[in-house]
Amino acid sequence: MEITMIYYLVPALVMFCCGVYGFITRKNMIAMLISLELMLNAVDINFVVFNRYLFPEHQEGMFFTLFAIAIAAAETALAIAIIINLFRSAKNIDVADLTKMKH
Amino acid sequence: MESVGSIIMYLIIALSIVVFSVLTVTTRKILRAATFLLFTLFATAALYFKLDYEFLGAVQIAVYAGGIVVLFVFSILLTSHPGDKSERLVSKQRVLGLVAAIATFAVGAWALLSRCGQALVALPAMENPKMHAIGEALMGTGEYQYLLPFEAISVLLLACIIGGVVVARKR
Repeated sequence: MEITMIYYLVPALVMFCCGVYGFITRKNMIAMLISLELMLNAVDINFVVFNRYLFPEHQEGMFFTLFAIAIAAAETALAIAIIINLFRSAKNIDVADLTKMKH
Repeated sequence: MESVGSIIMYLIIALSIVVFSVLTVTTRKILRAATFLLFTLFATAALYFKLDYEFLGAVQIAVYAGGIVVLFVFSILLTSHPGDKSERLVSKQRVLGLVAAIATFAVGAWALLSRCGQALVALPAMENPKMHAIGEALMGTGEYQYLLPFEAISVLLLACIIGGVVVARKR
């Protein structure tokens, strides 16, 4: 058996779909953020796999993933700061109950 | 032709990616969701190691498992009781989520099978990117070198630190 590109891309696709499902069904903001991390991670896998199989002499995919990881870390830290601030003022982080800024 | 050990490694990694990412979004306790996310990220790091990107795997473990998951766990403990279960899903919402996920899967799988299905390339030989080469590529300004994005990331991180302090401080 030869492990080709598609064998890596399908688990990444499943991971991305799990992220989509979680992002739509979850109510808790932190749980939504976790689903978002899953999606980002799936995309990172795609970059690395395409880089490794199609252009092994260059490393663009690897560097793109490196930068994506750094940006994901920054984004998560900021989002969690916002969530904790919201929790302090509303005592709740359910997206369904946070309707103060709606109108 | 792949060796048997490599195929077994691949099966373990692929299975754990699929199983743990499904568990991450279906478990009702949020602390468990964070733990399963950690396992998914470890499996991803193992995948990077298997594809010979050792530096990337190390970064994945250090930044994701060491940084982001710890942040998640702290914020979960700060904002909810650990034993809390999220309420049972309304069936309408679950159906909506399932439809969106399955539609994404169908479109993605169709695109993969029709475009990459025939690109049955075996794993080409590659030397592991050496630390020396990675450092030169991050610090150079020539072709295939990335000083500008590197500096942009550093400015972004600085802005993120300042933003985090401003947002989270007490009024």
